[in-house]
This record gives sequence, structure tokens and C-alpha cells, in this order.
Amino acid sequence: MNASRTSLIGRSVERKEDYRFITGAGQYTDDISLPQQSYACFVRSPHAHARIRAIETAAAHAAPGVLAIFTGKDFAAIGGLPCGWLITSMDGTPMKEPKHPVIAEDVVRHVGDQVAIVIADSLAEAKAAAALIEVDYDVLPAVVDTATAARNATAIHSVAPDNICYTWAIGDAAAVDAAFAKAAHVTRLSFINNRLIPNAIEPRAANALYARGDDSYTLYVTSQNPHVERLLMTAFVLGLPEHKVRVVAPDVGGGFGSKIYLYAEECALVWASKRVGRPIKWTAERSESFLTDAHGRDHVTTAELALDKDGKFLALRVDTTANMGAYLSTFASCIPTILYATLLAGQYATPQIYCRVQAVFTNTAPVDAYRGAGRPEATYVLERIVELAARELKIDPVELRRRNFIRTFPYATPVALTYDTGDYEATLKRVLEIADVKGFSARKAASAAKGLLRGIGYSCYIEACGIAPSNIAGALGARAGLYEAGEVRVHPTGKVTVFTGSHSHGQGHETTFAQVVAQMLGIGLDDVDIQHGDTAKVLFGVGTYGSRSLAVGGSAIVKAVDKVIAKGKKIAAHLLEAGDSDIEFVNGEFRVVGTDRKKAFAEVAFAAYVPHNYPLDKLEPGLNENAFYDPTNFTFPAGSYVCEAEVDPSTGVVRIDRFAACDDFGNVVNPMIVEGQVHGGLAQGIGQALREGCAYNSDGQLVTGSFTDYAMPRADDLPQFVVETARGTPCTHNPLGVKGCGEAVAIGSPPAVINAIVDALAGLGVRDVAMPATPYRVWQTIQAAKR
Amino acid sequence: MSEPIRLKVNGKATVVNVPPDTLLSTFLREHLRLTGTHIGCDTASCGACTVLLNGRAIKSCNMIIAQTQGLEVTTIEGITPADGSLHPMQAAFKTCHGLQCGFCTPGMIMSALDLVSHGAHATDSEIREGLEGNLCRCTGYQNIVKAVALGAKAMGR
Repeated sequence: MNASRTSLIGRSVERKEDYRFITGAGQYTDDISLPQQSYACFVRSPHAHARIRAIETAAAHAAPGVLAIFTGKDFAAIGGLPCGWLITSMDGTPMKEPKHPVIAEDVVRHVGDQVAIVIADSLAEAKAAAALIEVDYDVLPAVVDTATAARNATAIHSVAPDNICYTWAIGDAAAVDAAFAKAAHVTRLSFINNRLIPNAIEPRAANALYARGDDSYTLYVTSQNPHVERLLMTAFVLGLPEHKVRVVAPDVGGGFGSKIYLYAEECALVWASKRVGRPIKWTAERSESFLTDAHGRDHVTTAELALDKDGKFLALRVDTTANMGAYLSTFASCIPTILYATLLAGQYATPQIYCRVQAVFTNTAPVDAYRGAGRPEATYVLERIVELAARELKIDPVELRRRNFIRTFPYATPVALTYDTGDYEATLKRVLEIADVKGFSARKAASAAKGLLRGIGYSCYIEACGIAPSNIAGALGARAGLYEAGEVRVHPTGKVTVFTGSHSHGQGHETTFAQVVAQMLGIGLDDVDIQHGDTAKVLFGVGTYGSRSLAVGGSAIVKAVDKVIAKGKKIAAHLLEAGDSDIEFVNGEFRVVGTDRKKAFAEVAFAAYVPHNYPLDKLEPGLNENAFYDPTNFTFPAGSYVCEAEVDPSTGVVRIDRFAACDDFGNVVNPMIVEGQVHGGLAQGIGQALREGCAYNSDGQLVTGSFTDYAMPRADDLPQFVVETARGTPCTHNPLGVKGCGEAVAIGSPPAVINAIVDALAGLGVRDVAMPATPYRVWQTIQAAKR
Repeated sequence: MSEPIRLKVNGKATVVNVPPDTLLSTFLREHLRLTGTHIGCDTASCGACTVLLNGRAIKSCNMIIAQTQGLEVTTIEGITPADGSLHPMQAAFKTCHGLQCGFCTPGMIMSALDLVSHGAHATDSEIREGLEGNLCRCTGYQNIVKAVALGAKAMGR
């Protein structure tokens, strides 16, 4: 599909979903209250690591309003929360998969681990009763530090006595060693990719209902992928018949990865709803979100880049320790491997790359995908070390990047991916213009006159979206398919309802997908509704993550629309007394080629449902088509960013003065929505670089457990962004030619910010600044450089 | 028995029949079922629960119902015209794509109304400062700032 020849595709139409959100009529999980509603409160471990000696619940049982209390022993017979990706270690052994119990059985392994669930008539009564439960703990030493977890004498799980989940590698180690041996220059850097807490503004919530009449369950839950939630919950944890469980993810207030996973709380609620015989609601308090939502990043890395005398990259060697937290979350294992090490080529034709990753357990909350998931960590490695190499070699950082750009496609990297298309020079060239890089030296001088140090930082990123295809992912350890499903239901009047397995929680599917369908069918945008997020409505779904919705979910819908059109042509051929092959579908009309005989789309739809004049001998009535789409490859968005930062050397305060972004997302359906994704990604990327850092103390207590301790970017912390979407190189293997845009900017932006700060401080001899570059940390870095 | 608490919510006189220490946010959401006011935190940090109290933006999670005696509360539902049209500030958020997941949006709009009614919106940086009490994780704020400026203009401010 070519965006330029169409009218709805490529247009910034206002969002169809907005009315309910701006009027307060959205229906988020916590807004749903059911008849006979009861409420749950979880008793959580105050210790990072402890043995449970005894739990005394008698006083709580006797408290007013209490309906039930369940502890680990009640859940012992049901399964643990599964991990969806099997990583195999270098020695051929499978990763260690300790049981992740719904309610802790005899040991708690992170602060916030569930110990009991209390269900009562009201939330206040549930909370009051929970406070009466006495848990006798035998406190054990806590393993907290990522870098040293594998050397810690304390074992968190008996199946992993050294706290190592797996040690995995990709690339040709010998070839990399050989390349380093003949290198003219080697740049080395060690750094931490700071642990983040996703913090969607809507906390996680669930409301579970059991219906005795037909022995079925309904779960309303804050999920990015309700079908996957149902499959994992029924088949692996609760042992319930899948078809007797309906999972609804209604309006969801942001996810950023944290709502992909199957969590303990919703499993406990579904299980308990039958025993209590009333619907049970739980909504996380923000402090619970901090303690129990899956966190992101948390890598400790050493990287080495070998270059020849001309600045050509010869090889990259990376060694990373990745924190899994206390248990394996749903996709935890594939994040620092499949979605990290495979991205280490970036935009560069580095001939040899080797990466070893050791994943470790710690007594901290589980770590899993957070916006970008592995790809920000890879981009940070690469864009920091390239910048540093340029500085060491006294080559302009833009020039060094250019010398190493991949310029011919398709391009097979040494780390398993094949990029189908791209034009890295185009986005770089354009961003240098919109960032006004030419004016930088004048601005630097103006800053200096005020006693401020100004720096400029670049980042050229690539990312891989829409993980695929299923068979290759399966060979790499995926335990799920990575296609998407869609259904296009044409009603007798020609109005259309589309059901998609993708879920929208801010991305605007209800508009973007409708633009695609309305355009293809030649009908109005208001004649198409997009439905998502309900296993009872949508045939199947793999869900929303990895920037896959339009590239994969949208493609499934396109396939279904194609089938509708194909059937419509047969119906029209009958109505127009022409051959099937003589019918063309143009602008919402079925026409006999070369004549003025035609039938409108709605007329054909009506004939399909009122088949009086209809080829019943050859064709079923109705106009309703399903499709599943399994991509043949990832899509590879890419772009270039320029950040200008001003550092006050007396305080360490960093002010981002300018940030310019130019991205290639392939074809764009709704530029306004895409630009919104860029803005949001920038806020999270700048947040990681400057403000956000999850911290545990050495006892495993979460130090940054509230919005007063964990610094979320606020409106006055961010600059006005200058962003542009390049004309772009359309994806070559999906029907819309689209790539992903949801995560790209959170992936590409952190190194641009840090590179700018390092550039500002380079005159002081600073070669690295750790994230988050808080004023105190920057000030310390400056003081250390002065000594 | 003390005096019953009487307040106006969205122009309607309301007699409170809940314990006086009930949070205003809980009263609005659970008892009046005005679920457009959202709860995003437990430290009065996120602003999702922002409503107007006698025309000033307050965080309804940070006030108990006993403090509202005789006062007038306006929620997002209260500024929404019954005929399906939009308040100019709501329309501006739509036009400018000032929302994504929508969860912070009602609170953001209520803060914006306070900001605009008190003339604190002359520049983008003033608007940014005025929205400091409201967290948004989706938009990066840029389009929210744009929306507030446009909404103010549409309101004749």
C-alpha cells in the first residue's frame, strides 16, 4: 500500500477514542464495580529474603466484614507463574526456572512478595484485617547487587545455587578476538544501565467474577494482552478450562511493558472468586506498584570496540550481567538476550560482534520489558562507546558514525538479524539541520559567557519491532506464537466492526486501524469501529508490546479486509451479471471494468445478508472475514537524535536546551499519533538519562518507593522537542510498509543526553557520566575530574 | 450527631452519608460513581484526582469530605456539556492530541482550567510550571502545553 495515493492514510485525523477520555467517561478496571462487589488486600513481605515460620490469621478472620483469607498453603497445589521464553546457556543447559508462586509458600524473595490475600466486604475492612495478620519471619541475608549476585554466598533459589539463571552468548568469539588483535585502537567502557520503574499512571488492577450458573469466570484486568493472560493463567497456573474464562482489558491507563505480564494478584483473584462466591476487586496502591510491577533495564556492562587506523569498526565485544529480580517474569529471559544482543550492530557495519550475557537472580522485584526492552540497553552500549571512540581518536562523532554506516540493504548483521531496509544518512543529515548544529558553537560561547558548559550529543539508533516470525522465534526459545489476529465484520448496512488482538492503552488503535480499514473499503471513518481487549469478542490475540501493533496487528486486519473485498467482488459479479475477474474495487465501489456498471460497498454488504439475488450455490451468505498474520521478519525503524545540554558546573544541574529527533518509521498512517509517541518516548528516555533510578539499599528495601522518591519527569523538566518523521524507507515485508514507533525514541534518546553532558564536561577530562545524571552525580563527577 | 455535611457537586446539592473522614476522591468515585476522577498514587503526587473546589484545583485524594462543608466541587463530568459537545478546554486536548491513554487527562484538564482562570498561562514555561502537580507518562507534555494554550484562547482568556 502506498501512503501517497491515499487520503485517509497519512492524515493526522483526531482520535476517535478521545471523547470518552476527555469527558471522564473512560472505563478503566477500577471504575468497574459489580453487584455484590468484595475487595482484596494483599499482605506483603516487609523483608527482601526471609523464611516464613508461621502465619497467624485468627484475629483477621474474626475482623468485621472478612469473607476469606488465603495463604501460600492454599495455593500450593496450583502452578507457578510461567516464563514465556526458554534461554539455553552456553553449556547447553536450559535456564533455571524456579517456581514463581502466586502466594509465597515458605520463603519470601523480595519486599512486596505476596504472603496472604484478605477478602472483605469493603476495602477498608480488607485493609484493617490484613493489618491483623501476624507473620513470623526468619530473616535471611539479601542478595541485591546485580554485579556481584553470582558471587554471593546466599542462594535465592535452590535450583540456582549460584544465583545464575543462565549464561548465554551470541557471535563468533574467536573471530572477535582475532579482530581485536589487529586493531589500531580499542575503546573500553564499563557502565550501568539504570534500573527503572515503568509507572503507568493507572496502577494495576483486577476484578474477578465467578458465575455459578455456567461455571465460568470473568476477569477485568489492566492488561496489554488479554488472550495471552488467559492462556497462561488457565493452562499453566490455575488449570481452568480456557473457554470458561473471559478476560477483559477495558480502558488501560498506559502500560509501557509493565502490563504485559501475568501477575500473581490476578491469578489469586480468579482462584478466590469461586471460593468466595462474590466478585473480588483489587487495585494496587502506588506503593504496591513500585514494589511489585515488573521493573526494567538493570544491566552492568563492559564493552570494547576495536577500530582500524581509519576509524572503521572491526569488532565489538560486550559482557553484560542482567538482573532478573527474584523470579522470572513472563518475558524476562528474552529481554537481555534476544532483544538486546541482537541489536548490537546498530546502524553500523561492524563485521564481528560477540556478546555474553549472564542473568542473575536477586532479592528485588522481577525485571522484565519496559518501553524498548533490551534495545535501549544495546543502543546505550553502542552509542556511548562510539562517541567515546570518536573522542579518543579525535574524529568528529558524526563523521565516525558516517564512516561505519550500513549503506546497502538487505544487510545481515553478525548477531542474527537481517535489516530489510533503511537510510541512515538521510535521518542523520536531516536531524543536523533541524537541530541547527551549525549554530552550536555560538550557543556554546553564549553559555560559557554565563559560566555554563554546553555540550552536544548524538545518537543514531536502530530498533527491531514486531518480533517474528513465529517459527524462528520458537527455535530461539519462544514458547508463544508471534502473529496477530484480526476480524472484519461487515454489517448488513455496510458499517464495519473490526476486532483486533492488539490492545490499545494510549496508542490510538481505534483511530489508526480505522483509518486503514476505512481507506481500504472506501467508507467513512465513522463507519468503522475498532474493538479490542476482550477475549469474548476478539477471536484471538497475541497483544501489544514490542511496537508490533500496526506492523503485525494492522497487517492481520489488512489481510482480513482483502478477503472481504475478494468475496465482495464475487457477490458484485453476480449482481452485475459479470465474471468475477471483470470486477474491480475502487473507492468503495465494485465496478465492471471498463463500464459504468457498479455496486456500492453497502449494496454488496446488504446482498450478503439478504441473499435473495445471490450465488447461494457457490458462496456462503454473510460478509465477515478473519485473518492471522505472521510476519516474515522484524521491522527496523531507525533515526538520529541530537541533544544540547547546558551544565552548571557549580551545582551539577543539567538543563536540556534542545532536543531534535528525525525518525524513519516507514509509512505513517497518522502523523499526529506518531509524533505523540515520539514525544512520550523522549520524555521516558530523558527521564532515564537525567532523573529516574530505582534504588534498593543493601537490605533489599526499595528506597525509591513513591513519586516523592522516584523522579518522574514533570512538565517543567522537559524542553520543547523538535521532531520530524522522515519520508522514510517503507518496510519491505508487510502490506502497509510500516515499522514500529512506540519504543523507538525511548531506545534512542538516553545516549544522546549523556553524550551531550559528557561533551559539555569533556574539557574537564570527564569521559563518562552515569545515568541518571542527577545534579549531585554530575557535581560529584565534576569534582572527581578536578582532583 | 454533628451537622450533616452538605456540599455541591457539579452544581447539585449533595448531603453526605459517609463517614466524615472519607477521602473526597473516594466519595466522588465510590459513592457518587463519578469515575472520571482517577487515583494514580497515594502521596498526592500525580494529580490524576484533581477537581475544582470553589474554582481552585485541588487533589481530591488529599482532602476528607468533612473539609468540604458548604463548598462546591466540580469534576470532569461537571464541565462536560450534556448535549455531547465539549468544553473548549476538552476540545483543545482533542485537537492538539494532548492525551494518549487518557488516565491523567481529567485531572490535567481540571488543573488547566484553574491555571487559565487565574491567568497563569501567558507563556509555555508558565503553563509547564502550572502543570507541575500533574504527572503524565504518555505524552511528554508537549501537546498538553499546546492544548492548554489553545483552550485558554478558545475560552477568551
